[in-house]
Amino acid sequence: MAGGSAGSRDVAIVSVAQSTHERAKVATNEVELIQPVIQQALEQIGATIADIGFVCSGSTDYLAGQAFSFVMTLDAVGAWPPIAESHVEMDGAWALYEAWVKIQAGHADTALVFSYGKSSPGDLPNVLSRQLDPYYYQPLWPSSVGLAGIQARAMIDGGAITERRMAEIAYASRTAAANNPFAQLRSSAAVDDLLAEPYLSDPLRRHDCAPISDGGVAVVLATGDAAARWADRPAWIRGIDHRVDGHNFGARDLTVAPSAALAGQRAGVGDDKVDVAELHAPFTHQHQMLVDAFGLGDGTDVNPSGGALAANPMMAAGLLRLGEVAGRIMSGAADRGVAHATSGHLLQQNLVAVLEGA
Amino acid sequence: MAGQLAGVVGIGQTRHAAIRGDVSVAGLIREAVFRALDDAHMTMADIDAVVIGKAPDFFEGMMMPETYLADAIGAVGKPLLRVHTAGSVGGSTAIVATSHVEAGVAERVLTIAWEQQSCSEAMWALSFPIPFQQQLVAGAGGYFAPFIREYMRRSGAPEDIGILVALKDRLNALKNPYAHLHEPDITYDSVKESFMLWEPIRYSETCPSSDGAIAMVIAGEQAAEASAAASGNRPAWIRGTSMRSEPAMANGRDQVSPQAGKDCAADVYRQAGITDPRGQIDVVEMYVPFSWYEPMWLENLGFAPEGEGWRLTEQGVTQMDGDLPVNCSGGVLSTNPIGASGMLRFGEAAMQVRGTAGDHQIDGARTALGQAYGGAAQFFATWVVSADKP
Repeated sequence: MAGGSAGSRDVAIVSVAQSTHERAKVATNEVELIQPVIQQALEQIGATIADIGFVCSGSTDYLAGQAFSFVMTLDAVGAWPPIAESHVEMDGAWALYEAWVKIQAGHADTALVFSYGKSSPGDLPNVLSRQLDPYYYQPLWPSSVGLAGIQARAMIDGGAITERRMAEIAYASRTAAANNPFAQLRSSAAVDDLLAEPYLSDPLRRHDCAPISDGGVAVVLATGDAAARWADRPAWIRGIDHRVDGHNFGARDLTVAPSAALAGQRAGVGDDKVDVAELHAPFTHQHQMLVDAFGLGDGTDVNPSGGALAANPMMAAGLLRLGEVAGRIMSGAADRGVAHATSGHLLQQNLVAVLEGA
Repeated sequence: MAGQLAGVVGIGQTRHAAIRGDVSVAGLIREAVFRALDDAHMTMADIDAVVIGKAPDFFEGMMMPETYLADAIGAVGKPLLRVHTAGSVGGSTAIVATSHVEAGVAERVLTIAWEQQSCSEAMWALSFPIPFQQQLVAGAGGYFAPFIREYMRRSGAPEDIGILVALKDRLNALKNPYAHLHEPDITYDSVKESFMLWEPIRYSETCPSSDGAIAMVIAGEQAAEASAAASGNRPAWIRGTSMRSEPAMANGRDQVSPQAGKDCAADVYRQAGITDPRGQIDVVEMYVPFSWYEPMWLENLGFAPEGEGWRLTEQGVTQMDGDLPVNCSGGVLSTNPIGASGMLRFGEAAMQVRGTAGDHQIDGARTALGQAYGGAAQFFATWVVSADKP
């Protein structure tokens, strides 16, 4: 394959904007939530929608509770005169992938990518149970937290993690988020105190689970001249790949995420040092699984934003990881970073991007 | 910069019906997938990436169902992307799959579009409740009827143009074994006498609600030629693709002939080197869910001057024996699994230039246009495919 996960054109993230992430943004609908974020992503590089060659977004009707919910959100873009545009019913990280492909194919030189989610109107763990095999799993209404508990138990029983290590991950994530003004959970009780809390879904305690968040994110992609014009130090996408595992949870080893490891390998994670990594792990044990899958060592600052454990706007939390790594590269705080996004239950589907400052 | 050349080398669709109660969702999709793979002389192991599309997840009551489908469609260990751009999604999905090949990130892409509408009542899923929108209409027909009436007013078209379109498409469907509606007894009078749903759209001038799926294999130049050598059927070379969107509501927006549709056509013609659509395009598959959209899209796509599209219909130009056959498959008026309907247009266009359309084949078709639209006539997708390699 000619281009593969590296692509034949140099494409960079040149602008990132996000909303604050909150338990419930009751005063704004999806359009009102994402419009200022899109506007900021464009304005801070002096661009308008007329400068953008392709627009792609990610969202799901199951959060909005309405068919075709993304149609209304097009109003946040200013699609007049008409624009070249697409939408994925996936996390925005995959919208970014579609935009990256579109640029690699030569159909555009610039792209706006955004995603958003308001989980607050529904009962999220039960809503997510609708994303399961409709014949054998859905009728049982297994919640996302209940399923994750089965996975965590398998990891503990296999010696891959302990409840204390899980609490340490929760503590580290939420104390790191103290420096992230957009995060939802920005402090943590001490590890011993966390371990004294009751189980939510054995062996998961509340701190092991991502919060339920409303929020959104927008990024701008550019190649060539536009990248140079819009950013002093673009965050170049040196590798990007995504893979999916099987859905039959009874038929695969739940303690590993082969699709994450494969995507990481194809994106080139291990080819050089990793200064910073942002992992989309909605549960503490999944954080450990991803660190192991990518072979991240002590030299890597993992989830300095606090990650999904500090703010988890569904459909946006994956694209946020790309945005967070890009932000650190554009600021010069890091030279090489890894961003990861996941979709589905139990890390079934995974996307990995390697971003570099040069 | 131009991407790498891509061609369609495998096309498979299901038998479409109001209720495909004999198969699961995965079973329905696999019926199309294996037909497409067989057509391409490939197996799932040959596929590098899967791009899948459908309309709203609420139609089946399954959130992001592709994660459940990953095993059944052979996507495990591969990239799997899910597209959703309203009614145009089938077309958009095929275009995203094409972009993967053009970009060089995959050599053989399996693309799928599907809908199992019998799981729900699509009409009410298409009627947005308060607080999302003012409660004005019931179903898509209720939404589009005023724009059809405005088209009739502007163009002065005779009132029976819609009847002619419906009769033509349903008769064409008799030549398509996969079509949902097979109505051998249909006549001009039976269409005219069918009851009025949304003035001026009669029951026989509206699309059915179908279960169905279509899959295609899109390959890079070398893989396409190898596949063609094995199957004996030439690739449908993809000469241009385009997507355009505009808001549902914008000051000055013309919903009868939307600017996004005109821009989309201009863009795809530029890529395909088409300066005279009527002269250079041999056959068209366009998204006509309500009969009057045939003359409306004929104008929007540049096949007729504004206000004159209905004359092509009236003169029989769009019939199978006319010089611009439209919807030889029977079109959306005969088969409408919403998420798949756009890709059915794209796939039927490709079948025509490959010479594999069977009884509804137009002899000598070399260049074909596939078009899909969605939302409030605001999302457009087109491609031009050709028997001739550029």
